[in-house]
Amino acid sequence: MILKRVFLVSILSVASVFSSIAHSGTNPTEQSVLEHYANIAQAGYSDSLTTAKLLEKAVDQLVDKPTLKNLNVARQAWVVSRAPYQQTEVFRFGNPIVDDWEGKVNAWPLDEGLIDYVATNYGDVSEENNLYSANIIANTSLQLSGRTIDTSDITPALLSDTLHEVDDVEANVATGYHAIEFLLWGQDLNGTKAGAGNRPVGDYDTQNCTGGNCERRIQFIQSALQLLITDLEWMVNQWGPTGEARAAVLDAESNVGLAMILTGMGSLSYGELAGERMKLGLMLHDPEEEHDCFSDNTHYSHYYDALGIQNVYTGRYQRINGKLLEGPSLADLVNAKSPRADKALLTKLDLTMSKMQILVNTAINGEAYDQMIGSGNSEGNAKVQAAIFALTEQTKAIGAVAIALGLDSLDIEGSDSLDNPKLISMVQ
Amino acid sequence: MLWRVFLAQVLTVIVGSTLSLLTIAATPDVTQLKFYQPAIDEHLSGGSATSLKSINRNSFSHASQNLKFDQELNFKVGNGMFRKIWVSAPASTKASDGLGPLFNAKSCQRCHLKDGRGHPPKANWPEDNAVSMLFQLSIPAQSQQEQAQLDSLEIPVIPEPTYGTQLQDFSIKGHKAEGNIQIKYEKVDVLLSDNELITLRKPNYNVVNLGYGPMHPDTLFSARVAPPMIGLGLLEMITEVDILTQADPDDLNNDGISGRPAWSRNRRTQDLQLGRFGWKAGQPTLDQQNQVAFNGDIGLSTPLQSAPSGDCTINQDVCLLAPSGDSVQYEDREVGQIMTDLVLFYTQNLAVPARRNVGDETVLAGKKLFYETGCVTCHKASYTTGSDDNKKALSNQKIWPYTDLLLHDMGEGLADNRSEGVASGREWRTPPLWGIGLTQIVNGHSQFLHDGRARGFLEAILWHGGEAHLTKQKVIEMTSIQRKSLITFLESL
Repeated sequence: MILKRVFLVSILSVASVFSSIAHSGTNPTEQSVLEHYANIAQAGYSDSLTTAKLLEKAVDQLVDKPTLKNLNVARQAWVVSRAPYQQTEVFRFGNPIVDDWEGKVNAWPLDEGLIDYVATNYGDVSEENNLYSANIIANTSLQLSGRTIDTSDITPALLSDTLHEVDDVEANVATGYHAIEFLLWGQDLNGTKAGAGNRPVGDYDTQNCTGGNCERRIQFIQSALQLLITDLEWMVNQWGPTGEARAAVLDAESNVGLAMILTGMGSLSYGELAGERMKLGLMLHDPEEEHDCFSDNTHYSHYYDALGIQNVYTGRYQRINGKLLEGPSLADLVNAKSPRADKALLTKLDLTMSKMQILVNTAINGEAYDQMIGSGNSEGNAKVQAAIFALTEQTKAIGAVAIALGLDSLDIEGSDSLDNPKLISMVQ
Repeated sequence: MLWRVFLAQVLTVIVGSTLSLLTIAATPDVTQLKFYQPAIDEHLSGGSATSLKSINRNSFSHASQNLKFDQELNFKVGNGMFRKIWVSAPASTKASDGLGPLFNAKSCQRCHLKDGRGHPPKANWPEDNAVSMLFQLSIPAQSQQEQAQLDSLEIPVIPEPTYGTQLQDFSIKGHKAEGNIQIKYEKVDVLLSDNELITLRKPNYNVVNLGYGPMHPDTLFSARVAPPMIGLGLLEMITEVDILTQADPDDLNNDGISGRPAWSRNRRTQDLQLGRFGWKAGQPTLDQQNQVAFNGDIGLSTPLQSAPSGDCTINQDVCLLAPSGDSVQYEDREVGQIMTDLVLFYTQNLAVPARRNVGDETVLAGKKLFYETGCVTCHKASYTTGSDDNKKALSNQKIWPYTDLLLHDMGEGLADNRSEGVASGREWRTPPLWGIGLTQIVNGHSQFLHDGRARGFLEAILWHGGEAHLTKQKVIEMTSIQRKSLITFLESL
């Protein structure tokens, strides 16, 4: 029952984002804007936590009764859990506390072959090659970088500590949303053809186990879920009344806080989303150089990233229970200083959302994001390129807003021009 | 093939000697240089490509300031490639699989931390890993044929028969890593003019946990930290003539300083070309340097380096049998041309940050000492880059890299006793100094030289030997105030 309500809300929220943004008409203080920004962060992580717990329940149900229906419910619960989480990505780049933590829950790409079985019909290597089966789920001990790791018990501690003890920076190749995604869907072996991963439900059936080692697979997914929940709980607290992430935004001079908001918006728009996640995949025409590759959920992944950017500017976030969290916004603040810069950014944000909506609609109509970026699909390529262009334009408008607010230094990732008014005027 | 080498060597001698004549005639009169004020735009180390952004730990990660906004997106996409974490094959992400089986790091960024300078491990394995430092391996020629290959520069070194040309201290699942570097430092005392005692640390290296049996008894090692990534596109744009005119391989001008061009093999054209990149300038182009690193450090095949198993040798057969990530859509490579081009664009355009405090009195005093003492003979201050329509942002820029890009005998103390291409076991390429003053801010340390043994500027200077011996002596004889000025100047770079 709970799950059903959440699904409904997530669909509703997709439909409602285009309502035009009305300014409250008041001139909010900078401090109140920053406080509301922290409130949106707290709500977003809290919604992510709630949906992660629902996902855990759905997986428990699948383990309890491994039916196709329960597998699909668990997959749907994963998709639902991504909607609030992706909207929090805008907090990542401006806030070091979030950025340092992010790899634990959202690491990408995934070392699939380290986790579970992968197809052996890759290249021309024969099936007997036992290097294909050197993965954690199939082995009670594993050789990795000169060490033999005891993997007899798959626990959260094994995944988060032991496996990554050595390679601390690139930690958690085996944890987070994408590890869980892989364990629910399996490899997407369809290339640029239609279809997502197609893991059989028997992979969770200890009585009639299809992929082998079903008990260990269950241990893995449940451990990964426990870790995800623990990590999200930690982040919710970071944005709570006494949290350090909140303090970092509120306790500095207000200019610093405002720069953090805009840095997050600009860096996600330009370098991360337009650049690494969309342009790179488009250039490489790699069917899986997308974000949510096993589930073919990339269209929503990008959509909610963009929506998160709009949220923090307009000060509006629709929670998973359907309620609208609204308060003093950066848009109000900018409008009081430069209505022109404010209007320009609002227009660009809307434009981006309309291009993202096209990606979503195309995917819903049967052409997945990995097909859109496929080589030779000029129509699909153009749709993705249009969204990239909109994000680029939006980034310029964010730069103009920073100037309007008198923020002299904004380190937007990958964009040196933005803090240089002369260059901005050249490119516009 | 041989005639090219010969031609190249003749060319070097001719150009070199002509040059040294020129140098004798036109030795810059230090007294005529204006040291009471900085030169025009001297703070713009990379010309118009210099980054003017605020100074913080991201200072080495910005694009050439004069890139157009749209080009910046390509820079950012290239950064995505540079940061991309490679995973073992097979994986659904075909553009990201093919790691190893043996590797030093899973991504470029992992060694080139913050696009800056690597460091030796803080402690020996397993307390710390050596991820931003690596160990190159080779053996002396074992036959006349091998010697001929070396002499013709067909290959730069003879690989260790089992471990190849580099020690990979990580491996993917199911494979053994090759081993771990162990460092033991011994103390070396240097007494400065005013009785100040400086204790240097001299590293002694050892390899433990060998995964594939004993190494060849005559194995030669060279420890190298990851060099900073800034300004590389500009270094590539310095004209060959500008570099060769400084060369004086036989020291015809009798200043005790040779300066030898590091002729090396361009793997695309098979021609000999001036080497510029790497601690011994073993790579002639940035593209080749990048691809060699992809292959040796991460274990990936590229257009120029076709082995998907990287540095695995025939004596490591399990390694050769590992699933490869070669993909049809990337010309049967793990890293296709489109990817190496992106990384090339990114690495060409990592900007050099603007200098700070160029007009400061102490900085200017230090600059004067840098010139008068003779540091500037090899750490050549300035050039104007050549012109290339495809690289407008890097063309015709007045730049200040402080290097001659030539090989110099640096003495026994710094010698790795391992020759590489034309570079002897005592020779190193003069490393550029631009940005060096920001090492502490960007990378949180001040460990310099090829193996990071020097803890700070003074130690780095005191390690200079060989051709730089006399210059170093002058620094030892300076007053402590003078030495401080000199270091303040370096900190402003």
